[in-house]
Amino acid sequence: MIRGHQLRKIRGRCMEAVCLLAALVAVLPLFAFLWHLAAKGASSLSPALFTHLPMPPGEAGGGMKNAILGSLLVVGTATVAGIPLGIGAAIFMTEFARPTVASVLRFACDVLSGIPSIVMGLLAYEIVVVPLHHFSAFSGSVALAFIMLPVVVITTQEMLHLVPHSLREAGHALGIPTWRIAASITLRAAAPGVLTGMILAVSRIAGETAPMLFTAFGNPFLSLDPKAPISTLPHMIFNYAISPYDDWHRLAWGGALILVLGILGATLLSRFILWWHQRSLNS
Amino acid sequence: MDLPSTELPDAPSAGAAEPTPTKASALPFSEIAPPPPAPAEADPEPKPLPRPFAERSTGHAADRIFRLLTGACACSVAGLILVAIFYMVHGSIPAFRNHGLGAILSPIWDPTNQKYGALTFLYGTAYTSLIGMAIALPLGVLTAVALVEILPRKLSKAISLAVELLAAIPSVLLGLWGIFTLVPLVRAFEVYIYKSPLGLRKFPLFSGAPMGVGFLAAGVLLAIMALPFILSVTREVLLQVPTAQREAAYALGATRWQSISKFILPYSWKGIFGAGLLGLARVLGETMAVTMVIGNTPQIKASLFASGYTLASVIANEFTEAPSDLAISALISLGLILLVVSILLNGAARLMLLYLGNSSGAPRGSK
Repeated sequence: MIRGHQLRKIRGRCMEAVCLLAALVAVLPLFAFLWHLAAKGASSLSPALFTHLPMPPGEAGGGMKNAILGSLLVVGTATVAGIPLGIGAAIFMTEFARPTVASVLRFACDVLSGIPSIVMGLLAYEIVVVPLHHFSAFSGSVALAFIMLPVVVITTQEMLHLVPHSLREAGHALGIPTWRIAASITLRAAAPGVLTGMILAVSRIAGETAPMLFTAFGNPFLSLDPKAPISTLPHMIFNYAISPYDDWHRLAWGGALILVLGILGATLLSRFILWWHQRSLNS
Repeated sequence: MDLPSTELPDAPSAGAAEPTPTKASALPFSEIAPPPPAPAEADPEPKPLPRPFAERSTGHAADRIFRLLTGACACSVAGLILVAIFYMVHGSIPAFRNHGLGAILSPIWDPTNQKYGALTFLYGTAYTSLIGMAIALPLGVLTAVALVEILPRKLSKAISLAVELLAAIPSVLLGLWGIFTLVPLVRAFEVYIYKSPLGLRKFPLFSGAPMGVGFLAAGVLLAIMALPFILSVTREVLLQVPTAQREAAYALGATRWQSISKFILPYSWKGIFGAGLLGLARVLGETMAVTMVIGNTPQIKASLFASGYTLASVIANEFTEAPSDLAISALISLGLILLVVSILLNGAARLMLLYLGNSSGAPRGSK
């Protein structure tokens, strides 16, 4: 009796230790990644990375100016297209649609957000590149907009749901039309959360590479023409990482550090905004 | 009108609160409405004020336009799935017409000779996903148990934040890390197995030259990428287990681990299954990281150490270098396979989690 009692306690402790070990292992990759990134990226971080164009392999120097500007252009265009559309859809789902319609739409968004990004790239290829007969920055933006759309809708919709119904009821009691309630009361009350969703969506697409391969295509020269092929930062990191040149590997790590600082910074910022927003909602 | 219920889908007080303003304040309401400045400047038409409250909200011309506009946004988002299916099917028709659906099961991929068998890629995708899930699922579930049941709340919040940040790291950067850090580690492990006196290299799973790149490296990277998804869903599911369940276990004299293994995990296995499906769907379409570490060799080998090729990575590698329109169409048909599988898996996982969320007795917010 006593032995069995002790045995199950010991076994419980052991299994709990296994769980704790799993938690430790789970956080290990992030820190290993960040550690290597900091170690290898910091040394190749220089102003030239931002101001110089790529050099042929073997020549010293060179930077990623074209890719950084290209990323800003492609992601910016996608954002301008994707965010209003996504917010509009989320407003429809929370404020106008019947519950069944809203849940069907939500389900569609959930499924959409799980579609591999490379498939979205193929879709943009079929829709934009094939009719126009050439790769372009614009087609890259279309692919990224497809990818970000469900993310924006889902986060915005969740944030709009958090707004207390009493606020909407107060609006109705004042005789404000529904569209105005949605725009000036609900959306405004949820603004920090919606902003968070935008930041998350942008940081999600900023690192997308697969769809860029056959939409934006890449371009070693500086180009800001939406109709021409363009290089984006993740795409260039990929090309440099799989190249055989040490110089290019160094540049890839430098570019990776820039990208991660941007993305993790944005993610942490969005978390902070959300935390602050929820605290102010609760109080 | 059904408006109150559509606008306020889950307000507990919706049914009770709505009728009162309609009945009681219909008359005074029309007198109160004009003074606030906001509606006055927003209303394009001054007429509809005397109407009852509920009708008024939808009867507004501006409301109708706004509803239409936002509805169009919503339709375009939902329609994107149909558009995707249409275009992918449309794009892969030439390939299917040329070599039929049976080519999916042919192992020969040779674009220059017009041979487009998808089997090696299906195998590579399935194998790497299997390795990834075999690592990520137990790791994710055990970690979720640790976070929800064992660790103090602050520490568990910090850990889940760290793992969620992992989800934010782009695939290509994990691939970069994979090439320069993980692959050498995997190679060292493979050399260790190769040299081990136990003769482990005789096993089919560990046979072949220790190269580093291959199924194992890709599987580990996929596990790292699936982990955040599995962890966050499982955590959510465990949090939904009613406290009464735990208390009942303790009341029967169970240790903490017994309450976890006999009361909490069985209660939430459906949700964990949903989490697994979600992670699997995520892993199947992963492109960049896998492409960078799998070795890109179209072959079917049982060994963990062998190089392979996946559906997504062959699309990424060969699409821009496709020798013919037919090759492009064949690659798009591989994309169609990915699309259909990911829609089915995601749909199944979401339905499962949705059903679970509705049927479980625990209210969502309760801890």
